[in-house]
Amino acid sequence: MSLLDVENLWVKFPTRQGVFDAVRGVSFTLGKERLGIVGESGSGKSMTGRAILRLIRPPGIVQADHIKLGGDDLLQKSEKDMRAVRGQRISMVMQDPKFSLNPVMRIGDQLIEAYRLANKSDRKGAKSTAIEALEAVSIRDPERVMRAYPHEMSGGMGQRIMIAMMLIPDPEILIADEPTSALDVSVQRQVLSIMDKLVTDRGMGLIFISHDLNLVADFCDRVLIMYSGRVVEVCQADRLHEATHPYTRGLLKSLPRLDQPQGKLQVLKRDPAWADAPSVSGRA
Amino acid sequence: MPVLWKIASVIGSILVTMLGLLFVTFIIGRVMPIDPVLAIVGERASQSTYDAVYVQLGLDKPLIVQFLYYIGDVVRGDFGISLLNARPVAEDIARVFPATLELATIGVIMGVVLGVPLGVIAAVKRGSWIDQVARVVALVGYSMPIFWLGLVGLLIFYGILGWVGGPGRVGIFYVDVMPTITGLLLVDSLIDGNWAVFKDAFSHIILPASLLGYYSLAYISRMTRSFMLEQLSAEYITTARVKGMSEWSVVWTHAFKNIRVQLITVIALSYAGLLEGSVLTEIIFSWPGIGSYITTALLAADMNAVLGGTVVVGAVFILLNIFSDLLYKFLDPRAK
Amino acid sequence: MTATPDTPGGAPTLRSWLLTETPTSRRHARYSSFYKGWLSFRSNTMAMIGLGILVALVAIAIFAPLIAPHDPYAQDLGNRLQPLGTDGHVLGTDSLGRDILSRLIFGSRITLYIVALVALIAPIAGLLVGTVSGYAGGFVDSVLMRITDIFLAFPRLVLALAFVAALGAGIENAVLAISLTAWPPYARIARAETLTIRGSDFISAVRLQGAGPLRIIMRHIWPLCVSSLIVRVTLDMAGIILAAAGLGFLGLGAQPPSPEWGAMISEGRRFILDHWWVATMPGLAIFTVSLAFNLLGDGLRDVLDPKDSGS
Repeated sequence: MSLLDVENLWVKFPTRQGVFDAVRGVSFTLGKERLGIVGESGSGKSMTGRAILRLIRPPGIVQADHIKLGGDDLLQKSEKDMRAVRGQRISMVMQDPKFSLNPVMRIGDQLIEAYRLANKSDRKGAKSTAIEALEAVSIRDPERVMRAYPHEMSGGMGQRIMIAMMLIPDPEILIADEPTSALDVSVQRQVLSIMDKLVTDRGMGLIFISHDLNLVADFCDRVLIMYSGRVVEVCQADRLHEATHPYTRGLLKSLPRLDQPQGKLQVLKRDPAWADAPSVSGRA
Repeated sequence: MPVLWKIASVIGSILVTMLGLLFVTFIIGRVMPIDPVLAIVGERASQSTYDAVYVQLGLDKPLIVQFLYYIGDVVRGDFGISLLNARPVAEDIARVFPATLELATIGVIMGVVLGVPLGVIAAVKRGSWIDQVARVVALVGYSMPIFWLGLVGLLIFYGILGWVGGPGRVGIFYVDVMPTITGLLLVDSLIDGNWAVFKDAFSHIILPASLLGYYSLAYISRMTRSFMLEQLSAEYITTARVKGMSEWSVVWTHAFKNIRVQLITVIALSYAGLLEGSVLTEIIFSWPGIGSYITTALLAADMNAVLGGTVVVGAVFILLNIFSDLLYKFLDPRAK
Repeated sequence: MTATPDTPGGAPTLRSWLLTETPTSRRHARYSSFYKGWLSFRSNTMAMIGLGILVALVAIAIFAPLIAPHDPYAQDLGNRLQPLGTDGHVLGTDSLGRDILSRLIFGSRITLYIVALVALIAPIAGLLVGTVSGYAGGFVDSVLMRITDIFLAFPRLVLALAFVAALGAGIENAVLAISLTAWPPYARIARAETLTIRGSDFISAVRLQGAGPLRIIMRHIWPLCVSSLIVRVTLDMAGIILAAAGLGFLGLGAQPPSPEWGAMISEGRRFILDHWWVATMPGLAIFTVSLAFNLLGDGLRDVLDPKDSGS
């Protein structure tokens, strides 16, 4: 049973030099699993995440045969109906909490707002829910944090707050777009394990977007590898080393490994044919 | 402690800037080709009278001492005697300043009420027809000589259409009928309950105030637009959308909240700009404010009045400038 | 991703030489970046209109005696206050029977003269103060910036009025007064640029080669400040024209019978209700020219200073 079913997704941007296709015919399904999307910058992985939420702003265009959430096609929904999907059924955590939290609003207000958009509730009830949400992401002094402004938080704390805020309305799916890339290495694992625990406990689907192949291999169940707007390979995370596509192989070989020390790491050689080959389906 | 330190540094910068202003006006007063003694005693006075006044004015002292005297006088609110009407300049300024204040205040209110929404909409609907209109409105405002627009406005709305009152603050029948309470004619007539004066005063102020309002609108709408564009491309806006907020709430509760402080600075600057920009408008509309006062004094070589007026306008300008700076430091949570 | 017209086998044209991605000399690179800037500027219709108006203005000013149908000073009291479209006086005549069109044409010389002088004096003064302040740092920097801040906090028009009052009315004094109030923003810009440039590696390299502060400022810092100053000057130009016209209008700038546009409005003001064109025409001239400068400035900003564009 899949939560999300994306078929033939395209994201296009008209430019002065013609139409630029950021995402080209991507298809995949998401169950109650952790799906990784890996690719270099410009590969279209972030655009894929944002297109699902229909967050691509004009003049950008999103096209697909369908993007089905449960039984409904998100592309058929009006903008107003779409707002009931965002946050409440699909939510998203972004890269850098320094920018993704509103700098001039107190953290508490931002959390309460997230809750009250989904639930008719008075401020008091929303406040206690928000405090619970902060406790769930291991924030020790939630009362104080509620009154604080985002710039007073460290990166790791900010990202945990962001996760708490996005999970408050109890969505079915969380899209995490490079959620640890802006964080110190020392707190990356902590944030990831908190997110992992929450997502698993609630039986949610997770789309984990990252450029970090090792991280995704460790953390996810299944991995889509994107290159130049297309999915070039799909594999189980634990069998990533068996990947066959030359791009994936090249990426793996360009990473240092403790168990297989190498004198010289390989440089990735790109083949223009990779960009032209049709997208591989990521259907489970 | 840091708050106290901040207040002290602000007060310090006000004092230094004021001192600079006084220094400049002092220098201007000294390099004037007009002999201040002759201006008082007249051409035919004897040499002994001349010398007596010369000493009385402190002109025999070194410049630095004269400057200190000058500071002392200004601090006590003494700008000297007007050569035109032999009254203390400070009294004259106190009489004319409310007229300017009234004009500039209504102007800036118009500029804010129209300019801020226009700028926000232009940013949200970037590239749409309304954005184009806003651009043209601002461009024309930046390029049009205000005194000329005032003349044309007077020609059309007073001369041809007769919709508004002509030059001056009130019609000839109502001059000086109002007791001076605040000096703001609209407020005074309301307090007094004199509806006829209020109506007449309103019909006189509406055109010059709209004119100033237009210039303020041009500036405020442009600044609002560029502030908003910067915020709307920020990542927290995406966060707000991901939460499922309506576009209206995204714009007004999230993005707008982030530009409020910058906007207050712009409005304060615009207000200060109108206070001095009213000089030319006042001439066109024979508005008895500080702009007219300075200009009349200037043409009559009444130096005490010119310098006094300059000091007052300059001081208000500096205070508004620094006040906006201060607001910035206290209102933005990131600056704490 | 854009196609480079520099086809390896084809004959090198001037255009392809200018558009190359791999310049062969410093001068080549400079011409090339200039040409690319021109191409992007040229696609901005509004900016091109502004440029066109200004080129026309310069031409009119240069050839004023040839274009003007009448002597701008010649009075004809029997022919005063003629309306628009009168035979021989397309824009009518003023209260002394002088041809308004001819006066506007000659007035363009005064406008350009004022603009050119202010555009020379104020930015150069600002550049000097700003670069010295930024390069020297420390005490010199604090003092110079304090003075700049003081001037920045002054009401510009009122201060210019006071200056003119002290110096006496006239074009040169108006120019001086406007310049005195216009330099501080340039000093700020130049200082900010200097601070970024000063810390960069190439300045350290030049210093290692033995260049003194004077040489570093003049040969390496000034050229890099110029483009942001040009943008700012162009955008300020409209304000300068309006200020000069305002002083003229108050009778503190150009003196009669000079055909300065602001002074012409002032003369025509008395007749505004019955003979509206006398004051209206010079106003339109001022508006057109300052609009042209604003359009040009916007376009230049997009080309030279991309970080500020779109605002």
